[in-house]
Amino acid sequence: MKLALSLLLVSAVLLCASAVLANGQNAAKDNKPNDDQSKDNKSAEIYGELAKAPEKASKRVNPLENDPEAIAAGRLLFEDHCAECHGDKAEGGKKGPNLRAPEVQNATQGTLFWLLTNGVVRKGMPVWSKLPGPQRWQLVRYLKSLGVVQPVPAETAIKP
Amino acid sequence: MEQRPGGPRNSIWTLRQRFTTVYSGFKWENRFRPLKHEHWINPVLYVEYEDINGTDKTLKEVVGHDVESDYLTSNAEARQEHKREVELKLILSSNTKGWNFSENITAEKNLSNAPWEFGYALGASRPLSLKASARRCTFCRQNFTVGAEMYGGLGDRYSFGLKDTAHYLAPAAAWNLPSGWTLRLSPGFGLNDNSHAFLLRWGVSREITGFGDMVRRMFGGRP
Repeated sequence: MKLALSLLLVSAVLLCASAVLANGQNAAKDNKPNDDQSKDNKSAEIYGELAKAPEKASKRVNPLENDPEAIAAGRLLFEDHCAECHGDKAEGGKKGPNLRAPEVQNATQGTLFWLLTNGVVRKGMPVWSKLPGPQRWQLVRYLKSLGVVQPVPAETAIKP
Repeated sequence: MEQRPGGPRNSIWTLRQRFTTVYSGFKWENRFRPLKHEHWINPVLYVEYEDINGTDKTLKEVVGHDVESDYLTSNAEARQEHKREVELKLILSSNTKGWNFSENITAEKNLSNAPWEFGYALGASRPLSLKASARRCTFCRQNFTVGAEMYGGLGDRYSFGLKDTAHYLAPAAAWNLPSGWTLRLSPGFGLNDNSHAFLLRWGVSREITGFGDMVRRMFGGRP
C-alpha cells in the first residue's frame, strides 16, 4: 500500500511540475517582441523540420497523384487525425501550426510524406507510421490541394 | 507442476463455473519511445506496475511458468494472495507494405521475493484495405484489421526455457469505428498441455484526445 501511495505521489508531483513548466514556457513566449526577426525565427523553428527530410525522401513521387478519390479520402483522414491540432481548415489550431503556410505548401509531397511518417515527437507531432503508406499519401494530396493561406496578423484584422 | 485434470476441451467450462468477476486491484502502465524517427525496427519500452490479488485471472500476457492449473483456485482462496508486480517489456515494431510486425520480450517480477519471469509475443497484422475510402463508412475494409499472434512463457531466472510453459496461437481482428471506438477480438488456441485449450480475449477502447491539455488547464496552464 505504501508503495502504491508513493507511486501516486510521485506521479502527482511529476504532473504538477510539467504543468508549471508548460505554463512558464507559454509565459516566456508571450513576452517575446513581435517584430519581423522574431517572426522569422518562429517560422524557422516551426517549419525547420521540413528541411531535415533526406533528399531521397523529398524526391519521392506520390503514387496516388492521379487517383481521383485521393483528395476526398485525404480530407476525411485529416478530419479524423489532424484537425484537432491543426484546425478544421488546416490554418493552424491550438497546438499545430498552419499547414497552408508557404513553407508547407511549397514543400514536395515526398517531404510531407517523410514528416508524417517520422513525426516531430518532441514538438508534439506524432509519428503517423501507424497509418498505412497509401493513407499518408492521400493526406499529402489533400494538404497540397489546399493552397497557401497566410494568417491575418492580429493588429490588422478588422474588428466588428 | 500440477497437471490439468480432465481433457483439454472441458477446462474452460470449469473456469466459468468456478470464478466470478470481482475487483482485483489496479495497474499503472507507461510506454516510452526512445528513437525520434521511424526506423526499420522501432523499439518501445513499456513499464507496468500492478497491485492485484489472486482473483485477477486475465491473461493479457503469459510469462514464466503460467500454466492452466494456476487458474483453478476459487476466488475466495485467490483473494488471500496479494501480488505487487513490476513488468518491463521491450516492444519491437516494424511497419512495411501495410503490415505491422511486433515482437515483445517481457520480464516480470513479483516484488515479494520471487524470481524474474520471462515471456514473449509475436504478431503480424494488416488492414483489409490500405487506402482510405472517399466517403464516411462504418463497414469499409480500411476499418478492419486482421492478423495473428503467438505468445507464451519462457520460464524464469532459474529455469529459463520452454519447459513447463504455456503457449498460444491466436488469430486477431480489430474494428475501428468512425466514432473513435475500437473493438478487438482474439480467440486463442493452446498449443500444449500446459495451455488453456481456448482463450477469448476481447477489448473495447477509445482514445481520449486532448487529455494532456485538460490536465494542463486544471493546473492553470494553456493548451
